[in-house]
Amino acid sequence: MPHAPDPALAAVSRRALLRGGTAFAGGLLIGIALPVARARADEPVPTGTRFNAFVHVAPDDTVTFTLPAVEMGQGVYTSQAQCLAEELDVGLDKVVAAHAPPDQADYGSPIFVVQATGGSTTTMAWTMPLRKAGATARAMLLQAASAEWGVDAAGLTTADGVITDPASGRSLRYGQVANHAAGLQPPAGVKLKDPSRFRLIGKPVHRIDTPDKAIGKTIYGIDVVRPNMKFATLMVSPVLGGKVGPVDQSKALGVPGVRQVVVLDDLVAVVGDNTWAAMQGLASLAVEWSPGTNADLHQAQLWADIEKASEGAGVVVTKQGDAPARLKDGTLFEATYELPFLAHAPMEMTNCTVHVHDGACEIWVGTQVPGFAQAGAAKALGIDPAKVTINNHLLGGAFGRRLEVDGIVIAARIAAHVEGPVKIVWSREEDIRQELYRPLYHDRLKVRVENGRITAWHHRVTGASIMARWLPPAFKNGIDVDAVDGAAKIPYAVGDMLVEYIRNESVIPPAFWRGVGPNSSIFSIESFMDLVARKTSVDPLAFRRGMLDKDPRALGVLNLAAEKAGWGTPAPASPFGPRRGRGFALMNAFGSYLAAIADVAVSDAGDVRVTRVVVAADVGKVINPDILLAQIQGGVVFGLSAVLHGKITFAGGRVEQGNFNDYRILRIDETPPIEVHIAQSTENAGGIGEPGTVIVQPAVANAVFAATGVQLTRMPIDPALIAKVA
Amino acid sequence: MDLKINGTSRGTDVPDQMPLLWVLRDVFGMTGTKFGCGIAQCGACTVHLDGIAVRSCQLPVGAVGGRAITTIEGIGETPTGAKIQKAWLELEVIQCGYCQPGQIMSAAALLAANPHPDDAAIDAAMAGNLCRCGTYVRIREGIKHAART
Amino acid sequence: MRIKSIVLTLAGIVIVAGAVAAGVAGWMVFQPGPYAFATGTPVTLAAYKGPSPTGAPVELAKADAAARGAYIVRMADCEACHTAKGGVPFAGGRAFVLPFGTIYTPNLTPDPQTGIGKWTDADFLNAVHRGVAPDGSRYYPAFPYPSYTLLTDDDVLAIKAYLFALKPVKQANKPNTFAFPYDQRWLMTIWAVLFDPNHRFRPVEGQSAAWNRGAYLVEAAGHCGECHTPRNLMQALDRRRKFAGGVAEGWNAYNISADTVSGIGDWSVEELTAYLSTGHAKGHGVASGPMREAVALSLSRLTKSDIAAIVTYLRTVPASAGDLPKLAGPAPATPRVAGIENPVGQRMFEGNCLSCHAWTGAGTVREDAQLTGVRAVNDPSAANVVQMILGGGGKPDTPHPYMPGFGYAYSDAEIAAVANYVTARFGSTPSHVTPTDVANLRRQN
Ligand code: FES
Ligand code: FES
Repeated sequence: MPHAPDPALAAVSRRALLRGGTAFAGGLLIGIALPVARARADEPVPTGTRFNAFVHVAPDDTVTFTLPAVEMGQGVYTSQAQCLAEELDVGLDKVVAAHAPPDQADYGSPIFVVQATGGSTTTMAWTMPLRKAGATARAMLLQAASAEWGVDAAGLTTADGVITDPASGRSLRYGQVANHAAGLQPPAGVKLKDPSRFRLIGKPVHRIDTPDKAIGKTIYGIDVVRPNMKFATLMVSPVLGGKVGPVDQSKALGVPGVRQVVVLDDLVAVVGDNTWAAMQGLASLAVEWSPGTNADLHQAQLWADIEKASEGAGVVVTKQGDAPARLKDGTLFEATYELPFLAHAPMEMTNCTVHVHDGACEIWVGTQVPGFAQAGAAKALGIDPAKVTINNHLLGGAFGRRLEVDGIVIAARIAAHVEGPVKIVWSREEDIRQELYRPLYHDRLKVRVENGRITAWHHRVTGASIMARWLPPAFKNGIDVDAVDGAAKIPYAVGDMLVEYIRNESVIPPAFWRGVGPNSSIFSIESFMDLVARKTSVDPLAFRRGMLDKDPRALGVLNLAAEKAGWGTPAPASPFGPRRGRGFALMNAFGSYLAAIADVAVSDAGDVRVTRVVVAADVGKVINPDILLAQIQGGVVFGLSAVLHGKITFAGGRVEQGNFNDYRILRIDETPPIEVHIAQSTENAGGIGEPGTVIVQPAVANAVFAATGVQLTRMPIDPALIAKVA
Repeated sequence: MDLKINGTSRGTDVPDQMPLLWVLRDVFGMTGTKFGCGIAQCGACTVHLDGIAVRSCQLPVGAVGGRAITTIEGIGETPTGAKIQKAWLELEVIQCGYCQPGQIMSAAALLAANPHPDDAAIDAAMAGNLCRCGTYVRIREGIKHAART
Repeated sequence: MRIKSIVLTLAGIVIVAGAVAAGVAGWMVFQPGPYAFATGTPVTLAAYKGPSPTGAPVELAKADAAARGAYIVRMADCEACHTAKGGVPFAGGRAFVLPFGTIYTPNLTPDPQTGIGKWTDADFLNAVHRGVAPDGSRYYPAFPYPSYTLLTDDDVLAIKAYLFALKPVKQANKPNTFAFPYDQRWLMTIWAVLFDPNHRFRPVEGQSAAWNRGAYLVEAAGHCGECHTPRNLMQALDRRRKFAGGVAEGWNAYNISADTVSGIGDWSVEELTAYLSTGHAKGHGVASGPMREAVALSLSRLTKSDIAAIVTYLRTVPASAGDLPKLAGPAPATPRVAGIENPVGQRMFEGNCLSCHAWTGAGTVREDAQLTGVRAVNDPSAANVVQMILGGGGKPDTPHPYMPGFGYAYSDAEIAAVANYVTARFGSTPSHVTPTDVANLRRQN
């Protein structure tokens, strides 16, 4: 773990932290000139003089932005640069972007406290600090110019990296005054630009990281090449927590190109001249594993355990009135919903390049948490964190996986036995079997219905606490603020309300997964809404509308989605199946409101094909409307993989999946048209990396319910349960 | 053995069974071609052999013979490759980008074989390329956009 | 590995036990010998003038006894059946799942309690030649003693010597879980009396040395007919239709007679040699399922002269017509993407299969990925196609490209659909596999 975050700050509930953000307006992307800027992932060094933690200006006018939030595909390199460049008055074409090094003081997230990118928080956390940093640097440049010309800075103007004195027509490039300016005392309380004068913020400017990605030039962690570097791959005990027994290295060492076998207590690694040689060596390494205590760990037992835990006493998260009393009689409905373990499976599998020498350690990797990475490696090697250098890289996807540093720690442990730098690449099978998984969730809901409205509400969330492991100070009073996000506060007016949380840990450590807590809360609530609506024979939308009178933003996206998708008309025919259905879902989480309508076709055998998805979103004001669209589109596809195919299961303590042939990821030919409609909004900006994933899952499940009359309560969809009984 | 890669010929003495992917990445340091699964299920390692899209992770280098290898580093030199890359940037198809060298190689091969593919033809040609970021909707648009230019 | 056949065998016996005398049974019982088709006179080994067709091959003439014994064990391919999946070789425990129970192979290591450590030479000969256990009970003919009975005493005892030199493994034999009447082993006595003539290999004067060696390898040690020869009502090998094709663990073991339509009559010597020694011949696909094991553990480890002998012998086996259609030619290079009648099948093919197999079915780059012209794809039952899709082929831990299995994450309906798509697009007769068929085949693995 990093240096202990300030508890006072960290303890602030995640929901509370999610509020805030800044003002930006929308627009549309068409034929804007391509930027020539390159996101230099291969250790770009800020050049020129430092104005603050984020801005360097070089005499040749190159501006280096050191960005606190990492780029893993979600577009924050660009959106953060937009904020800095907007206030600094430079064009993005002059900008070189670099990842921040581990530095709690400078780059610790205002939301997580620790230095981390995740939870769809970047825009909310960094917009203001970065704008201030840009504006302050600009003020210092103006000061320097005014000193040289002996005129009042207030009269000077800036544009595209040039300072002009309108009175005399004189001008100076930023580079010319950079050295002087950087020496000045940074002014306090600099005024920010008025939104009416924005050139970049709110505009669909092109991303600064994609040009290199399109030509294969971007260096991800897995692409690092060091002088005299060796290549390695590894195998960890296939049974969770098992240990290495006797190992016969002879065959492995006989494989051409294999240099060394590293045997640790819980894993074996083979080092070679190239990755393939290492893989061949590993395949011919004879290892006898001792399975340890988890050899009888089975999925059915894990399901049974969480079910049992959900019957225990819960910690109160939200309490209005006396729900339990009102749930004793009347028209009552009850249901439970269960979500499976899931792997993140980013396309760039776990990898890490490490060089341990002279009591120091240099690491090349892509991580969401540089601070944790440094601390983790230092601890594993028993050295001072200051002796660990982290060279961060663009990430080939993460989705929460790279909020964990288990791979970096393992890599450091292996590298400690290797002479010179070594690049350790997990096989896809090892990557999936040794993941840290999205935990099981079990949601129990019970309501009372009177004249078509819910008047009493009891929601009990049972699951492992990720926060308790990942950010202990944020786990307070037995409540995991992430696990109950989306349940603690809901858009519907449901009368008396009781929301409880029960922590249920298994031997499988839980991890954040795109959509985090709301995945289970929203899935359960929205599935339940449809169940109650159908049981009381009310249209699912009409039923929800009746309880949204106090939440206009929620009502707004509901109506927008209904109008765009043509709610009330049947889902279109499809060659994939005769049974058709249309399903709806609504959410408020991450500071954003989304509604989705999914159409499905179900074959007689029960296979489900999603034929169309319509999303309506009110995410407040936006920095880059095109990146917003991309995030919702991508998030929806990610959620479709989960609801249709996603599951990790344990048998005999082993994960039963291993690669894309048995851990299915949605393919393009399963991907429906996805329409996204953005509600113009003046509200504060919300997060958008995850909501698309959350909202589409219940929408699809509800569509299957509509098509088959069967509500599936355990994900993913199991064709056997909705096959037509011939 | 001698390999023709992006127009230049390069010699190496690796074993015949070594997949081309690792020859490119580890022996020649051409890291644009990506490792995603190793079992021909994700398409991240796609390169061209005489213009045909193939998965280099399942291609023993010994099977290449005299055929011309084109990788993401060289596809921009071909007319369809350049079109696809331009369309990819204009429509901002790319997110994390890790799968995109493979996507672009498959799309370039498709466009060369079928200048005006419809959705079905695009799906049929691109279904072997996984994208965990979920850029599929824009990949469809990008290919059609490139076809129009 | 003749699961289905055992089921029916036992069923057959139960039926027949009461009425063994019936004349119709006679026709089944009095079968021609395994190589009765050959012209020439069978003579005893002692009387045979040519070079010995038994034992280890010429290449090992100077090898020591241990090496020769190891070779004979490979010839008889004991390891495949007597090793559990992921278990210690020869320690047994491999399960063959039958609808009415599971049969487990016994431990062949010399552990005195759980293995064969206490067996005498006579015990071992009795078991291998006659299917009789030391306690007098009968083995089910899953154990191919009707073929092994042709092995010489020397070779059988060489196998025993090899096994006794193994590291003893303490691993109790799992009892078979058969229900009545299938657990009535005494019924096997009747069967054995009828179908296990219990006599040794007799070389044929007038046939070449290579032919005789081939006959010994194919009929005695290799026991090829146990899978490749169809069975009659009483589930004994129907040698009148020798090598016309049988079944093994839910896989079709295809016609290997000289028939040119469904057999190997049009395979060249080179093709047969390549297929047997490497598991693949251009245009003929890749040995898979039980045959893959036979190649990996036995055939690929035989000497050149022995493979040549097997080919020599095989090519003399008379044509025996099968019911499989003529092989289809190449498929069109472009998919039919409009108005497809099997959208699920096409979706799975284009996503999971296309990368290696290509729309032409000729294989994108590698010839071993070719689907067109492969017998399994031209088999209207598509049994082997389904098996390949379910379990994959090859192994991830070999340096060779391999096919992953899709059984875990894809539904029966999806697997049926893609199997039907593949046979329709690349074969001569479209299959009509149903999800239920797939579910049944799953159970056999
Ligand atoms: S790495 Fe070759 S297809 Fe996935
Ligand atoms: S862009 Fe990230 S995997 Fe495709």
